[in-house]
Amino acid sequence: MSDTLLEVLPEIPEDAHNPVEPFLRMDRMPHIWCPGCGIGTTVNCFARALQSSQVDLKKTVIVSGIGCTGRVAGYANLDSFHTTHGRAIPFATGMKLANPELNVVVYSGDGDLFAIGGNHFIHAARRNMDIKVVCVNNMIYAMTGGQTAPTTPGTSVTSTAPYGVYEPTFNLPALAEAAGASYVARWTTFHVKQVAKSMEEMMKKKGFCFIEIISPCPTLYQRRNKMGDALDAMKYYKEASKVRNGAPTSETTLSKTGEIVVGKFVDRDRPDYLEVLKAQMVSVLGDRYTEPENSCCEC
Amino acid sequence: MHADPKGVLTGVHFIDGDHACCEGLLAAGARFSSGYPITPSTEVVERFAQRIPTVGGVFIQMEDELAASITLQGAVWAGAKAFTVTSGPGFSLMMEHIGLAAMTETPCVFVDVQRGGPSTGLPTLPAQADMMQARWGSHGDYGMIALCPNSPQECFDLAITAFNLAEEFRTPVMLMLDECIGHMTEKVVIPEAEKIEVTPRRWTSEPPETFQLFKPKADMVPDMVKAGDGYSIHVTGLTHDERGYPNMTVDVQDRSVRRLVNKLTPLANERAIFETADLDDAEVVVVSYGITSRVAQRALKLAREQGIKAGKFRLISAWPFPTERLRALAGRVKAMVVPEINLGQMVLEVERAAAGKCKVIPVSHAGGTVHNPEVILKAIVEAAR
Repeated sequence: MSDTLLEVLPEIPEDAHNPVEPFLRMDRMPHIWCPGCGIGTTVNCFARALQSSQVDLKKTVIVSGIGCTGRVAGYANLDSFHTTHGRAIPFATGMKLANPELNVVVYSGDGDLFAIGGNHFIHAARRNMDIKVVCVNNMIYAMTGGQTAPTTPGTSVTSTAPYGVYEPTFNLPALAEAAGASYVARWTTFHVKQVAKSMEEMMKKKGFCFIEIISPCPTLYQRRNKMGDALDAMKYYKEASKVRNGAPTSETTLSKTGEIVVGKFVDRDRPDYLEVLKAQMVSVLGDRYTEPENSCCEC
Repeated sequence: MHADPKGVLTGVHFIDGDHACCEGLLAAGARFSSGYPITPSTEVVERFAQRIPTVGGVFIQMEDELAASITLQGAVWAGAKAFTVTSGPGFSLMMEHIGLAAMTETPCVFVDVQRGGPSTGLPTLPAQADMMQARWGSHGDYGMIALCPNSPQECFDLAITAFNLAEEFRTPVMLMLDECIGHMTEKVVIPEAEKIEVTPRRWTSEPPETFQLFKPKADMVPDMVKAGDGYSIHVTGLTHDERGYPNMTVDVQDRSVRRLVNKLTPLANERAIFETADLDDAEVVVVSYGITSRVAQRALKLAREQGIKAGKFRLISAWPFPTERLRALAGRVKAMVVPEINLGQMVLEVERAAAGKCKVIPVSHAGGTVHNPEVILKAIVEAAR
């Protein structure tokens, strides 16, 4: 036994429980994620943010696309929607517009949100739709076995780039800012306190918010690239991360082993979609404008 | 219950099928639409965009049909009655989300104003070539309801029926116009709201502790709640159990998929919607739908004038297909003539229903215009020999 192992209690008392359990569907445990995967860490942060932001859980919904992170919705003890590949954002858009009282969170992966779903991301940001988007970026299509994503850094080996990736990647914070997001932050799964704090801010912020969380995939990204295990990923995140709140997003590009710029990059206020819609309708139609009734299908 | 008068434009109108369709959707209670422009369907959402701010609701033009076809489903789960409208290429893009709506039992309406295809095809010209796509276009097995109006008045009426069936059966419903019906202008009578029957959503009365979102009632259809009701529902496109939780086992797959198909059985036969004429002594029956049924009307008249005992069977609910109705008919006629603006789609169903009991004669047309009634007449005459 190595003396570097964390101290583990000899046995878990029967009445022990994790404080985030009320936020999870415990009847669905164990979850499907691999040992060392970072998605669970982000979910833990999310549960803590739900707690600290004191949002009305009955009015909070979570929408996911497809993929490993796409399974988050299924474990959250909220109204939860596991939709189609890439389309969580338009589904969330419909929910928000039909009932603006709902707090709508989109939780999905990099492939889902930025390859197949990229168009919806930029348009929702452009509209400043009041939805909160969390992207767990593990830099790979993990659910399907480790194929190249638009976020896979150069020269990484994937199952569909056996000789190494040569396409440039998306710089997600820059994309989000350019498209019009109100709030943009990036952390890694090493930064659990910061992730939880950013998520809390996001839940309280009006408009289109985006948080990218760099997360390890030991099974399908690191192993194929001889990058060690989850603990090695944590060490890399710890050593390579540089907190630069307010950094220009032109400087947040990621590489395979280089610096990871983290922090809150954008926090600005502009009217959200529904505010602009209402202002326009009132200016043109005056009293004739009829505000939609929430959940109008009481019939 | 009765329609909400806010959405009902009571009166006598002279409007085209697309506009009438929009009024029907509004009368049915639709207060949300996500659309994407495509000829010849766009007028439906153009009118909705103009009308909805004073009725009380939302229209959003999305970035593509992929988005439009799922944005509406988010709205439905937030409590709205919602629809989208499209044509050929857009209908193709929407297929995955029609499957999602079927799988998650999301009540909603898709309007497809059919134009010539394949691909970009004939953007401004008619066809009826999406009929099989409406039934089978998304992958996997599921049941489907598709309605085919043949006049602007019926665009209005069937838009209401489409929503009513969607709510009753918790399923997506296809409203299958064609370019001619969509752009044909005729008198449309919109009654008073209290004369329009609207089927409410199947809201459950069960508490969260016992309610299961996918547990079927006696009619095989489960009740619903919406997001924000405090039920912590889970909705997934994965094969799921009665709670909505993913359960990818052979048993659960078998019982869920069979139910998605079988719950629509009542509409296939006893509740099938169709129109008939002159069937009592008919030797030849023309089976048609949409604009082609109006062209066929002329052929039927000419045939009767020649002394041919010809009758009419107009499909209004094309899916589920009224197999038993046509099979019964097939046993007592010589032939069925099936004109349609495609190279043979619903005729395959007619053949299947006839099961060899009578001749089935397709009268195909590749699209771009309607049939010449003489061509249909010729088929009737030959069939009667």
